[in-house]
Amino acid sequence: MTTLPMEYGLTLAMVLFALGLVGVLVRRNLIFMLVSVEIMLNAAGLAFVTAGMRWGQPDGQIMFLFILTMAAAEVAVGLAIIVRLFRQENTIDADATSKMRG
Amino acid sequence: MNVYDLLPLIPGIPLAGFLVLALAGGRWRRGAVAAAGCGTVGLAALLTAVVAAAFLRAPPEGFAATRTLWTWVAAGDFAAEIGLHLDALSLLMIAVITGVGFLIHLYSAEFMAKEEGYSRYFAYLNLFVSAMLILVLADNLLLLLLGWEGVGLCSYLLIGFWYRDPANGAAARKAFVVTRVGDTALLAGLFVLYGKFGTLQIGQMLHAAPAVLGSGSAAAALVAALLLGGAIGKSAQLPLQTWLPDAMAGPSPVSALIHAATMVTAGVYLIARHHVFFELSPAILGVVGALGAATLLLAGFSALAQHDLKRVLAYSTISQIGYMFLALGAGAWTAAMFHFMTHAFFKALLFLAAGAVIHALAHEHDMFRMGGLRTRLPLAFWTFVAGSASLAALPLVTAGFYSKDLILFHAWTSPHGGPWLWAAGLAGAAVTALYTGRMVCLTFFGVAHTEVSHRPGVLMSGVMVVLAALSLLAGFVETPHTLGGVSVFSRFLGTALPAPAEPHAGAGAELALQVAASAAVLLGLGAAAYAYLRQPPWFRQLAASSAAAALHRLWSAGWGFDWLYDRLVVRPFVGLARINRGDVIDRLYAGLAWLCRTLHARLSETQNGLVRRYAMGIAAGAVIALAIVAFL
Repeated sequence: MTTLPMEYGLTLAMVLFALGLVGVLVRRNLIFMLVSVEIMLNAAGLAFVTAGMRWGQPDGQIMFLFILTMAAAEVAVGLAIIVRLFRQENTIDADATSKMRG
Repeated sequence: MNVYDLLPLIPGIPLAGFLVLALAGGRWRRGAVAAAGCGTVGLAALLTAVVAAAFLRAPPEGFAATRTLWTWVAAGDFAAEIGLHLDALSLLMIAVITGVGFLIHLYSAEFMAKEEGYSRYFAYLNLFVSAMLILVLADNLLLLLLGWEGVGLCSYLLIGFWYRDPANGAAARKAFVVTRVGDTALLAGLFVLYGKFGTLQIGQMLHAAPAVLGSGSAAAALVAALLLGGAIGKSAQLPLQTWLPDAMAGPSPVSALIHAATMVTAGVYLIARHHVFFELSPAILGVVGALGAATLLLAGFSALAQHDLKRVLAYSTISQIGYMFLALGAGAWTAAMFHFMTHAFFKALLFLAAGAVIHALAHEHDMFRMGGLRTRLPLAFWTFVAGSASLAALPLVTAGFYSKDLILFHAWTSPHGGPWLWAAGLAGAAVTALYTGRMVCLTFFGVAHTEVSHRPGVLMSGVMVVLAALSLLAGFVETPHTLGGVSVFSRFLGTALPAPAEPHAGAGAELALQVAASAAVLLGLGAAAYAYLRQPPWFRQLAASSAAAALHRLWSAGWGFDWLYDRLVVRPFVGLARINRGDVIDRLYAGLAWLCRTLHARLSETQNGLVRRYAMGIAAGAVIALAIVAFL
């Protein structure tokens, strides 16, 4: 079985991570920001898997399982906050809701 | 039991009286307060009489008794005891303090009867008597300083007794601050003495002084000068005399007790007690005499121009203490203490009689608004005349004559004295007679200006009569050779103080000096009577002239010392305080606080609530951290 060079996986992970980051920074819709965060988490997961493949270790894949779990929990909490926010402020624009400034 | 074991009780009982009155007196009836206040001092006077009788009948070994109660301070080599030392000098002092003090307490019981703060008044007065007794009985300088500061505190409290008037508070502060200048010198003197002797025991220091300091040395001069600094502050001598006239803001009995009879003579006691240091530095001794001569003349002239009866007496007190300093400067220690004793009697009497007059005229202080009181207040008049005659040193019949004559005699004959000191004293005697005569004429003769509202009662009258008798008779314990040569007083004090150098003047010279002094006194009294009773036209014209008015302004303001000190010290200090209102050092801390607040404001702006900015911050931080890890 031919193995993919590690660089391919890592480059993909990097691109995905950058896309996610740009998404978080430029989108104002909180749903999309949450999605972008998910993309970044998956990029990190991909990097773990790639690294595990490079060293022939299962640790990378185990780590990815943890990341999945965490991402699920995060999305659940995040969506709940967004629903609550929408009920209260009638918007899900991140810039419109800045009540917690110092 | 030895009679000298009673010694600690003498200052102890008034102190207990103070504590009781301060803690519980406010809830007592006035009669109980007066009984406690007078009783404690009366008991102290009784004990003093017992001790004095024992001392005179069978003097203790070395003519001194010491009782050490406990060690007050022990630090390294240094130890100060609560120790009391009784010799002829301190016995004289405590006899006058408790005796005159008791009489003035009795007088106060009636004088202050209608005032509020009755128990506060007696508590302060008891504390004062206790502190003054500690001052004169202390056997080491640290304990002496405790009494010294204690009487200063009581003086402050009692000058400002009627504290509702801010002027009284200002007078009290002035008295405290001006005497503080002298107290600082005394404290510095203590440090120097401890540095030289390694102890503050007065007896040990005096004994070792000739060996340790050496005659005429700079060290002896320094010690003597610092002690003199303390003495002139407390005794209101030039140039620290300005507080005493203002101290008259206090009640009259306070002026009598503190600012005439006892506290202000603490400086005289201090110098007499440490006479050895002054004998070792003749230059400073000369300064003592010169200061006394200058003070007695300046204050005498100031007394001539006052309108306020009590201010005349205040300047007169400064002037009379000037006489005591003159005697000290001439090395005539016993003469100074003799004048201290007679002055305590007649000046206390004058203040009490003046208090009775002022009381009777509903707090009128201005002599020009009195007049004609001779027939309306006969008792106050006769006692006041007795005190005035003693103050003016009316020849032969008054105590003041014998004490002042002794001072003038020593000023002439002593190796430390000389014609100049004597001439100053003689001129001062004439001026004293002049202002005394003016005071009596204005107050008791002429036309009445103010109605008498009430007369002194039994207690006040009795006290004044006793003091009048003392003012006239106390002089006969020491008379000059030409008039019997009684020397009870100088033999008594001779056990504690060295006798002055054998006079190099014969009986003829002594008589000549007495005649000169008597002539000066009679001249002054006659001039005062002529000017103020007859009021000749030329005298009115003279008084109305512009030169006389200018002189009157100068003397009335006490030679402008207040003006000078106001310009030299008070105003620059107030100005500096105003400039430095925001303390320079505080600026540093204020700047620190400003920096923190500014940084806080800047940083809190970053907490703008925009979640995308936070994400940006985190991303940028991560990039920077990665860059540092990767490239450095």
